[in-house]
Amino acid sequence: MIGLNKLGGRTWVVTAAALIILLVINAVLQPNFLEPSVVQSNLTTFLPLVLVAIGQTYVILGGDIDLSVGAIVALVNVVTVTVIAGLGGDGTAVVIGLVAGMGVGAACGLVNGLIIAGLRFQPIVTTFATSIVFSGLALWVLPQAGMPVPEPYWRTYAGSILGVPTVYVIYIVAFLIAAFLAARPFATRLKAVGGLRTAAFQTGLDLGRLRVSAFMLSGLFGAFASLCLTGETASGDPLMGQTLAMSAISAVVLGGTALAGGVGGTLGSVLGAWVIGMIGSVIFFAGLPFEYQTLVQGLIILAALAGGVLVTRR
Amino acid sequence: MSRFVDLAKNPLLISSVAILALLIIGELVSPGFARGDQIVRLLTVSAILGIAAAGQNLVILGGREGIDLSIGAVISLGAVIAGNVMSGSDAAIPLAFAAACCAGFLIGLVNGLGVTYLRIPPLVMTLGMMGVIQGGLVVLSRGVPSGNAAPALMAFVNRSAFLGIPGILFVWAAIIVLMALMLKRTRFGWSIYAVGSNENAAILTGLPARRIRVLLYGLAGLFGGFTGVCVIGYTGNSFISVGDQYVLPSVIAVVIGGTSLAGGAGSYTGTALGAIALVLLQSVLTTLNLEFWGRQVIFGGTLLLLMLLYGRQARLRV
Repeated sequence: MIGLNKLGGRTWVVTAAALIILLVINAVLQPNFLEPSVVQSNLTTFLPLVLVAIGQTYVILGGDIDLSVGAIVALVNVVTVTVIAGLGGDGTAVVIGLVAGMGVGAACGLVNGLIIAGLRFQPIVTTFATSIVFSGLALWVLPQAGMPVPEPYWRTYAGSILGVPTVYVIYIVAFLIAAFLAARPFATRLKAVGGLRTAAFQTGLDLGRLRVSAFMLSGLFGAFASLCLTGETASGDPLMGQTLAMSAISAVVLGGTALAGGVGGTLGSVLGAWVIGMIGSVIFFAGLPFEYQTLVQGLIILAALAGGVLVTRR
Repeated sequence: MSRFVDLAKNPLLISSVAILALLIIGELVSPGFARGDQIVRLLTVSAILGIAAAGQNLVILGGREGIDLSIGAVISLGAVIAGNVMSGSDAAIPLAFAAACCAGFLIGLVNGLGVTYLRIPPLVMTLGMMGVIQGGLVVLSRGVPSGNAAPALMAFVNRSAFLGIPGILFVWAAIIVLMALMLKRTRFGWSIYAVGSNENAAILTGLPARRIRVLLYGLAGLFGGFTGVCVIGYTGNSFISVGDQYVLPSVIAVVIGGTSLAGGAGSYTGTALGAIALVLLQSVLTTLNLEFWGRQVIFGGTLLLLMLLYGRQARLRV
């Protein structure tokens, strides 16, 4: 149980239960739900949210919040697509485009982190303001949706690497990064920063660097999510990912990470992201109109949070 | 010297200077920008944002990371309810206000109960509530716009009631005065600051902190419902996402109006000036012959600049 305690709080218990219930309902409603191809297609749909939620977890653990990650997703998408097209669209161009996209994501996170940790701005309003700037820049790079990515890009994303589906490779790499970071002093220090900021400061932790790193991780994971979305849509869209930031925050909170900072972890956020994804899937297969999604999603989030509190009180 | 610094950091002064500067810039860029009727039009837009921000302001003043992200959905709900209650009939306007405000108040109370008694963080509680209301609206309306404003309500928001000034501006002025009186001169107002700045101390002095906070969320919902009726008066009819555009601007107006997001400090007068400054800024950027992306970048940049002046957190000390 020691490993589970690391998840923090008790909300994740309710979330895990919700996930199991949703999986069972979906399996009943959709007979081929457990076929490998269906599993893969579901996990592909959930991947961008999972990635953004992992990144958001670090920011929230450090006691901040990143509302700009949706705009970062859009900016990374248009930069990557434009760079690939500008360099002729061959294999090298794709690689340079991917690197450029990740660079843009990390740079946006750096800007957020420097303004918030360095200049002591409020994270909520600051990342809202920077999200306006980032989406403005995205519209500057690519005013209209369009500009396709070359075929090898989306073929590779939908295909497999060394026999393993690319999407699973991305999941594994993301989990490895998260596991690596969780095992490093960085994770503990970040929790200290979010949990008791003054005490962390007084023990001599470099708060600024830790918080900036968290924002850069959020930007970088936002870039990963954007590159995956690009693999799905196969084109550029300056308005991509607008709802991702809020959904990711919900996923993180569902996963048991405290919004106040200091408690939680990425594994819970992944569960939370899957729950949010599964809600959409269940509603689709239950034959309910798509409109029910926001309603049910909101109710489940509130129920899980209230349930988490009640479980904790016992 | 420190007195001068204090003055220069006074949010009311900064917002006023920003408003003046924006008016001058607007007039220079496009002569006629600061004409009387133009200013009245801009103030009308500010009034709608300002009334929404009144609710946001109360919740933020109450502390504990108070914020109401459901305010946009409540505005949409208020507009849809009002539109259906009125369906073009002047006689039903009072009922429309009452129904929209009641619905908003009840939703706000639920937010407040979730935040205080279930200890759900306000950001998530109100985010979840936003999803529930938006989803409920879509399900109920099936996405088809329904209801429309009564002519008298549209005149109240858009046409002159007295000396060229529409009725909504008088209402907003009354709200500004009442909020100032309530916050600074009543027991309830003082207890909001007490709960917002140091909840434990407030509880120890015998204040019912939880009940106060629940009521603050209720009032935020009430202001949201009221704003919804004003919005449908402004636009004539409603669609189910009409309130979304007010969510984060209402928070920004509160912040650039000098209310601390940590709670316990600030005033509604500042928020009202913040709302005017925000609307003016957007308007000036629209008159500048810029492409959309350029406007966005300057808008975001200016918000950051305004926050640099006084939206900052305290320095940590050893």
